[in-house]
Amino acid sequence: MTAIAEKPLVRIEGLHKYYGQHHVLRGIDLTVKQGEVSVVIGPSGSGKSTMLRCINMLETVSAGRISVDGELIGYREVNGRLHDLKKKDIAAQRRDIGMVFQRFNLFPHKTALQNVMEAPVQVKRKGKDFARSQALELLDRVGLGERANHYPAQLSGGQQQRVAIARALAMEPGLMLFDEPTSALDPELVGDVLNVMKDLAKSGMTMIVVTHEIGFAREVGDTLTFMDGGVVVESGDPREIIANPKEARTREFLSRVL
Amino acid sequence: MTQAGTSTQAPERLPEEPASGAETQGTETQGKQTQHAQAPVLNNAVPVRHPGRWISGFVILGLVALMLQSMVTNPNFRWDIVGTYIMDVKVVQGVGWTLLLTVASMAIAVVLAILLAVMRQSDNPIFRWSSWLWVWFFRGTPVYTQLVFWGLLAVLYPKISAGVPFGPELFNLSTSSVITPIAAAILGLALNESAYLAEIFRAGLKSVDKGQTEAAEALGMSDGKIMWRIILPQAMRIIVPPTGNETIGMLKTTSLVLAVPFTLDLTFATNALANRTYQPIPLLIVAAIWYLVITSLLMVGQHYLEAYYGKGVDAGQAAVAVNPAAARAAAAVAAPASILPKEESR
Repeated sequence: MTAIAEKPLVRIEGLHKYYGQHHVLRGIDLTVKQGEVSVVIGPSGSGKSTMLRCINMLETVSAGRISVDGELIGYREVNGRLHDLKKKDIAAQRRDIGMVFQRFNLFPHKTALQNVMEAPVQVKRKGKDFARSQALELLDRVGLGERANHYPAQLSGGQQQRVAIARALAMEPGLMLFDEPTSALDPELVGDVLNVMKDLAKSGMTMIVVTHEIGFAREVGDTLTFMDGGVVVESGDPREIIANPKEARTREFLSRVL
Repeated sequence: MTQAGTSTQAPERLPEEPASGAETQGTETQGKQTQHAQAPVLNNAVPVRHPGRWISGFVILGLVALMLQSMVTNPNFRWDIVGTYIMDVKVVQGVGWTLLLTVASMAIAVVLAILLAVMRQSDNPIFRWSSWLWVWFFRGTPVYTQLVFWGLLAVLYPKISAGVPFGPELFNLSTSSVITPIAAAILGLALNESAYLAEIFRAGLKSVDKGQTEAAEALGMSDGKIMWRIILPQAMRIIVPPTGNETIGMLKTTSLVLAVPFTLDLTFATNALANRTYQPIPLLIVAAIWYLVITSLLMVGQHYLEAYYGKGVDAGQAAVAVNPAAARAAAAVAAPASILPKEESR
């Protein structure tokens, strides 16, 4: 494993989330250090995806704070009071956080290459030639250099997800969020995506990965967090927890997925 | 055989085994024999017969023949008069004005409709509410009434002036010099149409998966960019067919501009000629022929628009036709093993 700095990159403190009356997150604390691969598991409805989506403001935070690289996400604090950030400022914060979705969400009217080039050109205002060569390099890195001119509909699910990873990496984020990246894939396509993620982890990328792939957590994860019912039940070394879960709920969950 | 591997990965338009002869030509020396040895005996089943199709075909052909015969033999059609007037200056000018009215009012209506549809789903409640009110009003009153109203605007407000309320006046114009009959006709048609198109555009925008917005947001794109570059191009696929329908509808609605009154369009021109010559039927035919010609041209345009906005989504053929780069890539997939994409060698 690559060296993990002591410096926390992501700090989530006392995170609560309500949908109307429904209390989805009930006080989450999570710290992710620079270079760390933090894997989050838990049954569906446990709030793990919601927590991930709070980190880049795809969901608003009801209570608590999230900071990335020391910067408070979604708010600015003036005299002890929180003020909502303007959309423009939220967009700026999102630029440094890459996200990969369960359903890939590639832009279907653009080729793989155009998907990867879109944000660098439109958001970072990079030159087209630069963005194209960067995109081709990234597509090569995820093993899809030959498919650059294919539309998403002409790619398999696993290929689409790898393009989606390349698209997120094109913004050169300091943090990557993975929201169940292999859950929508046919079993034989999962491996390719996980391999790309492993390479990424080896390169020192800080990653938060919500997944059901216990094998990935054991092999690549630096920490494992088990969530259930909107709280963190157990957190620590993945191999330790998987081999020897302390909490009954963790044990029960692992026995069902392993 | 590496080639079998390729064809499973290739886009669906590539034929499977039986038709793959064309592909293998390049490597026939070693390919042909094995290919033939493996070729299955095709079933060649006798298809279900459809006598009903033949019977209905004959019946309809017979009816069409009768109609054509009557069109040729019935002297009341007066095809000679149709021939005289089809290219008449007044008629051709009428076609021009009708086209101008259609294109101008649709162009304005499309711009307004995008604005209205975006406003309708805005975070700003004032925008949402004004958009709703606009659609309610312009869709809720007859287009004929609206056209008459625009024609009478000069009676309602003889002068158009702008200034600070209760303060000094900035400019002052006579209404009839600004709202000329053509302007009134275009405005009347455009504003009415914008209300209908706004609903079509709203449906189109709603049809785009929410994940698209989220993915674009996660990349840090601004709302404007997300709408213009991600959502709208995808929505267009849904928007174009009904908008083509509306355009063809508009072509014929332009005949109502008589209400303004604007008196140069195709219907008015042919009616005027019919009244002068006491020959309404041939001149109606003249008008119908021209409307059909324009409609057909519009349908060709719509076909290309649909192909353009369907790229990447509608059947592989269309996508490849629109994007030459994708065509080259698809050809590369179909080509022999030497340029196989790497991940397949795994």
